[in-house]
Amino acid sequence: MNTKINFCGIDFKNPVVTASGTFGFGSEYGEYTELSKFGGYAVKGLTRHERSGNPPIRIAETPSGILNSVGLQNPGVEVFCSDIMPELSKIDSNVIVNMSGNTVSEYCEMAELISQTDAAIIEMNVSCPNVKKGGLAFGTDPSTVEELTKEVKKYCKKPLVVKLSPNVTSISDIAKAAESGGADGISLINTLLGMVIDVDTRKPVLANNTGGLSGPCVRPVAVRMVYEASKAVSIPVIGMGGVMSGKDVIEFMLAGASLVALGTGLFVNPMLADEVLEYINNYMSKYKIENLKDIIGTVTMN
Amino acid sequence: MKKNYLCRLEKKSELIPGIFDFTVYAPEISHTASCGQFLHILCSDKVFLRRPISICDVYGDFVRFIFEVKGDGTKELSFKKVGDNIDIMGPLGNSFIEGEYKNPVVIGGGIGIFPLFMLTKKLENPTVFLGFRDKSRIVIQDEFSAIAKTYIATDNGSYGYDGFAADMLKEYLRENDCGIIYSCGPAPMLKAIKTISEQADIPCRVSLEQRMGCGIGACLVCSCETIFTGVNKYKRVCKDGPVFWSSEVIL
Repeated sequence: MNTKINFCGIDFKNPVVTASGTFGFGSEYGEYTELSKFGGYAVKGLTRHERSGNPPIRIAETPSGILNSVGLQNPGVEVFCSDIMPELSKIDSNVIVNMSGNTVSEYCEMAELISQTDAAIIEMNVSCPNVKKGGLAFGTDPSTVEELTKEVKKYCKKPLVVKLSPNVTSISDIAKAAESGGADGISLINTLLGMVIDVDTRKPVLANNTGGLSGPCVRPVAVRMVYEASKAVSIPVIGMGGVMSGKDVIEFMLAGASLVALGTGLFVNPMLADEVLEYINNYMSKYKIENLKDIIGTVTMN
Repeated sequence: MKKNYLCRLEKKSELIPGIFDFTVYAPEISHTASCGQFLHILCSDKVFLRRPISICDVYGDFVRFIFEVKGDGTKELSFKKVGDNIDIMGPLGNSFIEGEYKNPVVIGGGIGIFPLFMLTKKLENPTVFLGFRDKSRIVIQDEFSAIAKTYIATDNGSYGYDGFAADMLKEYLRENDCGIIYSCGPAPMLKAIKTISEQADIPCRVSLEQRMGCGIGACLVCSCETIFTGVNKYKRVCKDGPVFWSSEVIL
């Protein structure tokens, strides 16, 4: 049985990756699962300069999920490239480096800097709901996504994956725009914009008022969007949104994802990757699947 | 490799209405835990996130924690029966003790007193101040008294010192030597203690509480504000804490 996936010309030993922002820079969960077991992992979203992030409270529990508003707390791209990435290079797994910019030129500068490292893939976040400038503002308009992607591609020497927001009317249009701009792949979904109100204080629980919804509550939305986006484009897709089990990974693959990211589910189950990989092996045996890649996008509609 | 453990609930009691005292069989945790650390507990499948609960004590292969039913998670946890297995990550976070100091003072309020118990056992000749809202909310006072000189305050004067534990501390410091203050309790109390420690020029360790996600430092949601700038402005309560030098955090 073969779980290998070739994504944008890069070999992943299996389709299991992590979602940016849920996995730090890898070391924390590396104490629970060998990082080399992952096909790849996405690191905390970087910005051109360091960011403190948003004030607490940054998390609120919801039915079957969470709302978060971290606000891209990170040491900045240069510190990442000089101090953090060299350590990650020693691990036998693909590193997906996630970046967010305030301006087009910031995205370009970051792509240029990250291209000089051992990163396997650059994931361009145009969909962070928790920062004032940039982020989501770039990701909700197809022509902006296309222009931005086109510009960043000039500086990016690694496969460029555009991370899409679900907070749009037509995910297919945004996916097509990323493809037209020259993206090598797309990833989705980022979190859904939400709000939780404390009825005692009559104020939102999050200090930033709104935040991004993730966890199993968003999974059906994510599966539907991965299906629609993957049908709309011919570039490969990283699917994510509320994966809690190996069964969920298979579901995303059937919908059209080549790689599938674990995210919020890790908070509940730090051993999730091990369980997912075991499930995938059992699933392949059960259905006599020789090459896991053969199931990508094979859902048949009623 | 670390992992989450299924720990059998061995002993359970309700100390006063809403405050539960659990002891679980958890050798992997009991033999490595240090005072100030916490457990990240899956309370039931009815709430999504784990709940961070501080370790009260360890002995042999057992870990004891005491919690108050405050929301849905702790309510679910309180329904567990002796013999049930509880999914626990831990021990997580750092230790109260960093360096050696003479004449330590331990001060806590409400449910903040529980992580101080294991600390008090470790310290040499500590003096303990515990604050409660009311006489009816006093718990494990006898256990503290058995291991340290313990003073009790109640907000309404129904038992012991009439007022806040922090006021009692202030009076104590006028007459007595103190090399370090260890504290855990509600935010207004920690704020008062931080001020007192600064005025008296005594180092002070505070254990903080925050809503948590992963519990191991990866998700950056359980932040506390510090005196630092840039990426270090907000530190992770779960990983950099839960215990901080009071001089480093903004309360």
